[in-house]
Amino acid sequence: MREDYEVVIGLEVHAELSTNTKIYCNCTTKFGADPNTHCCPICTGMPGTLPVLNEKVVEYAIKMGLATNCEIAKFSKQDRKNYFYPDLPKAYQVSQYDLPLCEKGYIDIMLDDNQKKRIGITRIHIEEDAGKLIHDAYTGDTLVDMNRCAVPLIEIVSEPDIRSSKEAVAYMQTLKSILEYLEICDCKMQEGSLRCDVNLSVRKKGETKFGTRTETKNLNSFKAIERAIEFEIDRQIEELENGGTIYQETRRFDDAKGIGYAMRSKEDAHDYRYFPEPDLAPIVMSDEYVQNLKENLPEMPHTRKERYMKEYELSEYDAKHLTDSKYTACFFENTVKLCGNAKAVANWIMSDFAKMLNEAEIEIQDSKVTEENLANLIKLIDSGKISSAIAKKVFIDMFNTGEDANKIVEQKGLVQISDEGAIKEVVEKIVEANPKSVEDYHNGKDKAIGFLVGQIMKETKGKANPQIVNKLLKEILDK
Amino acid sequence: MESYKLSLKEIADKIKSKSVTIKEVLDSVYERIDTADEVLGAYITLDKENAYKRAELLQSKLDNGEDIGILGGVPIAIKDNICTNGLKTTCASRMLEDFVPIYDATVINKLNDEGAIIIGKTNMDEFAMGSSTETSYMKKTKNPYNTDHVPGGSSGGSAVAVSADMAFASLGSDTGGSIRQPASYCSVVGLKPTYGLVSRFGLIAYASSLDQIGPLTKTVEDSAIMLNVISGYDNKDTTSANLETKDYTKALVNDVSNMKIGIPDEFVKDGINEEVKQTYNEAIKKLESLGAEIVHINLDYAKYSLATYYIIATAEASSNLGRYDGIRYGHRAKDFDDLIDLYKKSRTEGFGEEVKRRIMLGTYVLSSGYYDAYYKRAQCVRTLIISEFKKAFEGCDVIAIPTAPHTSFKFNEKSENPLEMYLEDIYTVPVNIAGLPAMSVPAGFDKEGLPIGLQIIANSFEEEKIFKVAYTFEQNTDYNKKRPNI
Repeated sequence: MREDYEVVIGLEVHAELSTNTKIYCNCTTKFGADPNTHCCPICTGMPGTLPVLNEKVVEYAIKMGLATNCEIAKFSKQDRKNYFYPDLPKAYQVSQYDLPLCEKGYIDIMLDDNQKKRIGITRIHIEEDAGKLIHDAYTGDTLVDMNRCAVPLIEIVSEPDIRSSKEAVAYMQTLKSILEYLEICDCKMQEGSLRCDVNLSVRKKGETKFGTRTETKNLNSFKAIERAIEFEIDRQIEELENGGTIYQETRRFDDAKGIGYAMRSKEDAHDYRYFPEPDLAPIVMSDEYVQNLKENLPEMPHTRKERYMKEYELSEYDAKHLTDSKYTACFFENTVKLCGNAKAVANWIMSDFAKMLNEAEIEIQDSKVTEENLANLIKLIDSGKISSAIAKKVFIDMFNTGEDANKIVEQKGLVQISDEGAIKEVVEKIVEANPKSVEDYHNGKDKAIGFLVGQIMKETKGKANPQIVNKLLKEILDK
Repeated sequence: MESYKLSLKEIADKIKSKSVTIKEVLDSVYERIDTADEVLGAYITLDKENAYKRAELLQSKLDNGEDIGILGGVPIAIKDNICTNGLKTTCASRMLEDFVPIYDATVINKLNDEGAIIIGKTNMDEFAMGSSTETSYMKKTKNPYNTDHVPGGSSGGSAVAVSADMAFASLGSDTGGSIRQPASYCSVVGLKPTYGLVSRFGLIAYASSLDQIGPLTKTVEDSAIMLNVISGYDNKDTTSANLETKDYTKALVNDVSNMKIGIPDEFVKDGINEEVKQTYNEAIKKLESLGAEIVHINLDYAKYSLATYYIIATAEASSNLGRYDGIRYGHRAKDFDDLIDLYKKSRTEGFGEEVKRRIMLGTYVLSSGYYDAYYKRAQCVRTLIISEFKKAFEGCDVIAIPTAPHTSFKFNEKSENPLEMYLEDIYTVPVNIAGLPAMSVPAGFDKEGLPIGLQIIANSFEEEKIFKVAYTFEQNTDYNKKRPNI
């Protein structure tokens, strides 16, 4: 059934900008403070106060526009979006309606089969965030925390170019990586600093008209985006297959239960009564200003990827994985500088390290493992001081404790035994103790050698240099 | 002579020359208020305690030979929609009945920096919506020339305080005539500066693109002194103009020769009281006799100002007043079922009828499907009005028209008919729509003894021309010397 349908998705992504101060006042944007300690008469909309636009916000938004190939407006204005809610102290959100800062851009996303796909960006505009309601389950009261009020946001609106949950996640990941590279958003999805709304409709393949779309609000993890989309595709197709109708509505996705709900229909949709914000002058941009920002944009993920392919002779796949996150890319590059073995660093970051980060559900920048730690570990392997098998164990320790590889190896006495005399002693002992295996070997059963090596490694607690063990064992057996 | 009767300039000089102490001045003004305001009702809140503390401080500074500023020790009244730190600022609304700001408006800081003493907060139409001060939730303010009549509005309290010698000057706000019309009704000098000349920070917004703070004074000279103090760029208000500061007292020249005064004959032809018209014509003749050249101009779009105003102002108001929802401050209904009920009840109880009317009008003109027909169209007409004034000023220095089509009316005479009330703003509203500066100066009285004002309008940031014409007119007439018999 599903293969008869085409899915059409557009994303509205909200990214909190990492400016020091809020969009219209001097309050800090820091996350996690006690309620109502990061606010002032201006961001709480007290009577008579006026907003003054933080110029950094415009700068950051334009950087994002430039990095996503947008046209930058020479003349732009801010508008009021009016609605009542206790977390919105002015009863309007200052946003941008018909003249956004950036329009008509695109980004290229890379899909699993290494195919590129271009996703259009309709617009990027600036706006202020709302506060937070805290429901006190004990007393039944609802309280307002205004710390987040007027934290600057950009909203990035895509064209309806996305066709699957995988594409949606790839698009979101690409945006995240650009935001990180530009250093304009901390992209902490669990804290809500990067979140998205999914507009989704389905239509029979070959149909040229779009189906009725729904909007699922406020998804703040890649997993939630994927699951919410899959849920909504199934729901819409099932509805249509059963002869039902899709209603234009706003929906919510309960990540814990994995179920989406309708919040409100189009009929009860707000009439936001947008009009130009009279307290703020229009934003007029000079060509020089934009040009200057353009020339000073940092290296973007795709250029860095190409550089890695050339400079470190990495495959496109590896290079992409290493450069998706700016933090991963920097970690990689700095570690290579320290140890000189790009291939090894790449392998560690993409296999063992990635696996452990994934299990711990943290990002590379939050890990205890430092660039020096990993470089030292690789140096230990490269110099033959420890075996790869030991290294894997050392890494687990490094990951959990943040200790340096050298220290762990030293403390636990894990230095590889490469002394032939010492190894020979053990080899002879094992050969003597296992006549059956020796006989098997001489009868052409190659498996027997594996068993003997295993016994030798066990005896040396894994520290014997495997190459020397192999060489000596053969010598002795073939004597 | 009691010192409360003096002009701002006179009392400031007397304080500086120590022929009177600041405390004596305060005593005199508060005594005057204690007797006269019983009848007139200009003040909502008096701040005697702080005023006397400040008087003491300023006096000791003065006695130590320190400079206490241009307004050193002078009692000033403030309209109750301008925020004063620690002092109730109600907007004459039940909604903000107990609201105490924790910040000062920029104009208050500027007044304080120049040594002014804020003596109290004055009554007004609720949220500055009205032309008679009758929409105040707090009290009735009466016209000192005839207490059966309204003082005009919305800055009625500020006009009466100055008119009846209960303050040496006051601040008002003018969105569609709210300084000039009560100034005209109460025979004081009322100036609405160019939009952007005076910071709006701390002025509780009615219609942000039209609101402007300005002084009400006994003389044109006092107006210039007050403007010197309150004008100037403010980095807390991005709509304030970043221009070089001027000394407006330099424009106080008794000479209008070489000045061209524009008269929009068509605009002042109909809908105007005969006595007002006669007084206006005499005022123009007076200026002509003093050497001004009278030129006839067209303001064809000005008649659309009122319609434009009631779309733009109400649209902005509907948004600006959304924050009064009973959640964080202001009036909150006692019993409510849920959030929506809390909003509805708090706003129903907290706002008066006129405020609700304008919120509804504004909500309507901004709603989806009507935006283009109303708000957008009004903005287009606004552009036309602006360019028409611009063109008019190519042929004249100032434009002179009446401030209001009638003299002050009786209580309840127009409050039942909002449209008739709105028409009182016909001559003041175009100025706000175009963002221009304009002043109402006393120009005579009707047969009943009710004051009539002459309005002088100049191009943006050309307040000097207004001061020049108004000062010359004042120096050669004696209307401003007549004070009400109260």
